[in-house]
Amino acid sequence: MSVSESGPNRSVITRLRDRLEGPNTIGNSKMFWAGFGVALLALLVFPVFGNAQQFSLFLVLALLGLSLSLVWGYSGVLSFGQVAFFGIGGYTFGVVSINFATPQGITGAVIVGILAGAIGAALLGYFMFYGGVRDVYVTIITLVTVMVLHTFMAQTAGSEWTIGEAALGGFNGMPRIPLLTLGFEGLSFQFLYNDILLTVPGMGIVELDPFYYLALAILVITYLGLRVLVNSDYGRVMVAIREDETRTQLFGYNVIQVKFVAFTLGGALAGLSGVLYAARNVFIDPTVFTLLFATLPVIWVSVGGRKSLLGAIVATIAIEYIRVSMEGELALVLLGALLTVTILVLPGGFVPWVYRMVQKRTNPADIDGRETPDASTEVTDS
Amino acid sequence: MVNWLNQVFLFLDSFAFIVLAALGLAIIFGIMGIINLAHGEFILVGAYSTTLAVTKLGLPLVVAMVVGAFATAIFGLLVERVIISGAFPNWLAQRTIGRDIVEPLYDRLADSMVATFGLSLIMIQGARIIFGNSMDQIATPFGNVSYGSFSYSTYRIVLAGVSIGILAAVYYLFTRTDYGMRARATIQDETTARALGVDTERTYMATFAIGSGVAGLAGALFAPIAPMQPTMGSDYLVEAFVAVVVGGSSAVLGTALSGGLLGAIQAMFSSTYGTFFGRIALLVTAILALRFLPDGITGFIERVRTRRQEAK
Repeated sequence: MSVSESGPNRSVITRLRDRLEGPNTIGNSKMFWAGFGVALLALLVFPVFGNAQQFSLFLVLALLGLSLSLVWGYSGVLSFGQVAFFGIGGYTFGVVSINFATPQGITGAVIVGILAGAIGAALLGYFMFYGGVRDVYVTIITLVTVMVLHTFMAQTAGSEWTIGEAALGGFNGMPRIPLLTLGFEGLSFQFLYNDILLTVPGMGIVELDPFYYLALAILVITYLGLRVLVNSDYGRVMVAIREDETRTQLFGYNVIQVKFVAFTLGGALAGLSGVLYAARNVFIDPTVFTLLFATLPVIWVSVGGRKSLLGAIVATIAIEYIRVSMEGELALVLLGALLTVTILVLPGGFVPWVYRMVQKRTNPADIDGRETPDASTEVTDS
Repeated sequence: MVNWLNQVFLFLDSFAFIVLAALGLAIIFGIMGIINLAHGEFILVGAYSTTLAVTKLGLPLVVAMVVGAFATAIFGLLVERVIISGAFPNWLAQRTIGRDIVEPLYDRLADSMVATFGLSLIMIQGARIIFGNSMDQIATPFGNVSYGSFSYSTYRIVLAGVSIGILAAVYYLFTRTDYGMRARATIQDETTARALGVDTERTYMATFAIGSGVAGLAGALFAPIAPMQPTMGSDYLVEAFVAVVVGGSSAVLGTALSGGLLGAIQAMFSSTYGTFFGRIALLVTAILALRFLPDGITGFIERVRTRRQEAK
């Protein structure tokens, strides 16, 4: 690529771009980053015009989509159970924050929630990957794990299912989760129900939702961080495993360990998403473990393009927006049709397809060879 | 004594439920490499069409059940042509843009799961739009048997017998008929089978229709005892799914063995700790079984048999 001149004269921005760009992500051009900046700016001013409180939910769920894109799209492990770690994170956050409802306690609960998601994924991942469970059986074990959690949480209505102050509540769920407050005693900030008032010329006083900005910041940081990860050497090994596991193993890579680490990292991200979900709704119930909810991340990631982090984000926001705004009877029918048609006609997903179209139209000569190689054109030995 | 009898009835009930729910799914998974997440909704098609045949057309129950099974088989055939093989969209595309647009979903496990899940969403919501949130149920035939302080629906005991009958029929179909031979040849090695003159596409079509018909028959048999709701399919999917993977790739033997194992475990835990824990025990058994027998029970049997033959 023309920007990566070697030598000490490379500017900080060029070096940063080098880390962020590579064959495993779409969008390695100045045009893309310009578009990225415009989109980010639009999201920053969105609360002035739109319903930020509703939109923050989509940003939180996009994190869950990203976690599945990492695990499935990049490491080739189809986890039908990302919502298990999402739910574990959310429930853990609820239990800890109800018991320690101080700013330190709630901040700690966020960390413990993320850790719980990661530990849940690590335990299940260790059990599966080091036990030699492969392919579709991983998918089925993760799906069944979600079912176990759903059946278990649904029967926790009794008073014996109370941890400290927090009652798990069975089907009725766990209410009265404290408002999200980060920091420590004396220096803390409450992100929920705490409008920032801003005077905009021509519009008067505008109320901004700090939780929206928190979710947006976490999403953008996670996206950029994952871009760095998947374009690093480690990311290349992950992609190699996705494309041909046996061959990667024969090259001497520890395939099992890489899958285990990616799965655990995905669990931590899903846990973070679950924490923010429970904090935003100040409530969590076993619907997070239902089959429909377990399938949503798979839908987002397949429709958006599973080999693309950006696809996961765009599709999550778009599909959830459609789902919420189409409260009619036909919403699920359309969602199902969208899903089936996408898998049949565009198995690679929407976002990579749109990106290819745009690239072809604007600059047909500038296919710079850093895009993802198409797996089906590779020589395979099967 | 009475408690022991109760245990047996609980086991027969679980066994019949698991076998009937799983068999159609097992046929389609074992032969075509398709995981049909709309399987529960195929059962729903069978149950709904049986109920409608009784309440709207006034057919006798047994005839209505056959109608239910056939309706689901035809529906399955349509699904195979449109979604699984993509033959119909490709036919259209050939005539409009001159090239295929869909690649068949055979042996693409993840994609087949996602595509059929989309289908199941459409079917659940479609059933809700057309038939509403519940439907009149047909009466359970045969009355009850009672023993001690317990009483039990005779129909459920009959179901256990019927499920064994269906297992035997499917076993006969796949091992003793020409179609069965072609179907097994197609699983073993599709390319060679095609080279030897087997029309694999037709075999896939027939297999999907048969698997759907068996699912529809299960729905027809459950129509008198299960609540008729648009979401009823999801009650069957998980158990079916688990039974198929625990059983392994051999459709009939695997389903029978895993139905026996999982049914026994569910009955034992349900009677001691309640239905919730019965279900949890079943699911945990499935997770452990997959971890220690990744090819299922029949895969394990196969391995032991091969090892014995080598030792000789």
